[in-house]
This record gives sequence, structure tokens and C-alpha cells, in this order.
Amino acid sequence: MVKLKTDILKIANKKLKSRLIVGTGKYKSFAETAKAIKASGADMVTVAVRRVNILDKKKPILTDYLNPKKIIYLPNTAGCYNSEEALRTLRLAREMGGWKLVKLEVLGDKKTLFPNMIETIKSTKVLTKEGFKVMVYCSDDPILSKKLEDNGAAAIMPLASPIGSGLGLQNKINLSIIIKQTKVPVIVDAGIGTASDACIAMEMGCDGVLINSAIAQSNKPILMAKAFKEAVKSGRNSFLAGRMKKNFFAKASSTFKGLI
Amino acid sequence: MINLIMAKIQLNGKKVLIKANISILDLLKKYKLNNKRIAIEHNGKIIPRIICKKKILKNNDKLEIVQFIGGG
Repeated sequence: MVKLKTDILKIANKKLKSRLIVGTGKYKSFAETAKAIKASGADMVTVAVRRVNILDKKKPILTDYLNPKKIIYLPNTAGCYNSEEALRTLRLAREMGGWKLVKLEVLGDKKTLFPNMIETIKSTKVLTKEGFKVMVYCSDDPILSKKLEDNGAAAIMPLASPIGSGLGLQNKINLSIIIKQTKVPVIVDAGIGTASDACIAMEMGCDGVLINSAIAQSNKPILMAKAFKEAVKSGRNSFLAGRMKKNFFAKASSTFKGLI
Repeated sequence: MINLIMAKIQLNGKKVLIKANISILDLLKKYKLNNKRIAIEHNGKIIPRIICKKKILKNNDKLEIVQFIGGG
């Protein structure tokens, strides 16, 4: 029996109270990003690594709005198409502030943004050897996700559907198999479209969800962030509670005893 | 003659003319980046912040300065 108060998500050495991890891309402004993240209740946010704009010294930067001392930054390798690029990015991220817990994504194709699993497995192995704790964006293939776990992944992050598509959970069977077989946390990453998708993922037994576009690209990102916060909690509680048995025929809720 | 007082480096993919014999730390100060959360790669090698003062930039050096931005 899991006590709700102590139901925390532990990834490597980080303890998260919220099972909702949010991305920081695609918002209209940094102010909106900060407000939405606050409303989401997330303890961890994903961030990308890019060149500093050297021509504009006064331009605001993300760290001015989201204090990395107050919220856990999870550096990612978005935009990397091979192992070398991904390793270079994460080594730079580690240099920026000692981040060892990172999100690896090695893309295979510009149109689908599906992961290149061969390069992903290779990178996971190298990074783990270098002392990184690697959360890995991956396909929903149970065999390949097992390979990642065997190579030291700190969390398995299968896609629900293509990144930014909002198509929701497209392969529940594979996801269920991955949840059942994986010992490290399973976090659904990419493709979630709306709050109910996240709720279902949690109800299925996922340890967490990572959301960016579904919040940032809704009409009211701050309200949607709140919706996701509640959906993830509901889904988790529902999973912990355990659903009723399905019956083929009706079963009356009111007893027949004492019927007039 | 110009090479004694100036050096041409590639900074974040752009050709930039800087004073000769300045350190990476001097350059960071020039761009007001010395107090920012950034990481530096000098000719393909990551340079820890504490040794930026000692690293003198030379002609044709390649420097990459990165930061965190919004991302999913």
C-alpha cells in the first residue's frame, strides 16, 4: 500500500513531488513560461542548450525567469541527430552547472522526429559511463526500451505519438508492456494532446508524464497547466486505488433486500 | 602589423575581431556574460570557468558560448 503523502517520484537521486514534468519551449514569452510552470506544480523542467546571442547583450534569458536553484533543470539534446552532437550538448550542459541528470533524445528523422534508437542506445552507454544519469526519449518498442535499461538509463521515456503532434496515446499495448517490464521510472514523453491523455497514461501505471506543446500551444496555457496538474494527480490516484473489475452484464448498485 | 594588435576569431559561428592577447574571461566581460550561466567550448574543448582567465585567445580560434533556452 502506497501512502499518498510519501508517493514521490524518484529518478536517480532526485525526488519529485509532482509526477508532471514540463517543457519550457513554444511559449509566447518568458513571463508566460514562468506562470504556466508555476500553475503546473512541476518540480522539473526541460531546457535546451543553444548558442548565446552575442549581438544582443540585453535580451532576457530563461534563467532570469526560472531560477535553476528553485526548480530542477533537465537539460535535453533536442535537435541532435547523432551520438556525437548529443554527447557534446550534454557535456556542455554539465559544465554549465553540474547537471548530471539529463534528457537524451537523438532524433532520426525531421518529419516524424522519431528517435534514432541505435544512436540513442550508443549514447546512453557512453553517458552512463561518464557518470551521467540519463533519462531517455525512445520509441515504444519494448525490446529496445529494455536495451536502454540494460545500458544504464535512469528513466525510460517512450513517446505517446510524434513530438508536438498532440495525437495522444497511440499504442497502449506497447506502453503497458514497457510499464510492466521496466524497473526504472517510465515517463511518457511526446505526443500528449490534452489533460485526459495524461490522466490515462498515469492510470495505466506510468510513473510520470512530460508535457510541453499541449500546455504551451493551448489557448490558455496557464489554465491548461493547472488542468494537467490535476489530471496527473487523478490518474495516479486512480492507478494506486486500482480499478473495479469489468463485468459483462449490469450489477445493481442498490441492494434488493428490503425492496417494497 | 594588424595581427599584433587584433585577432580574428570565430565566435558562435560568426567572425569577430578582438584585441590580441585577451583571455576568454576578458571576452566574456566584454559581452557581459561573466556572471551568466553559460558554458564555453574553445577549439572543440570544454573550458571550465575557473581557467577562462588563463586561456588567451589566438588568431583563428573557434569559441562557442552556450546557454539554456526554452525547450521540450
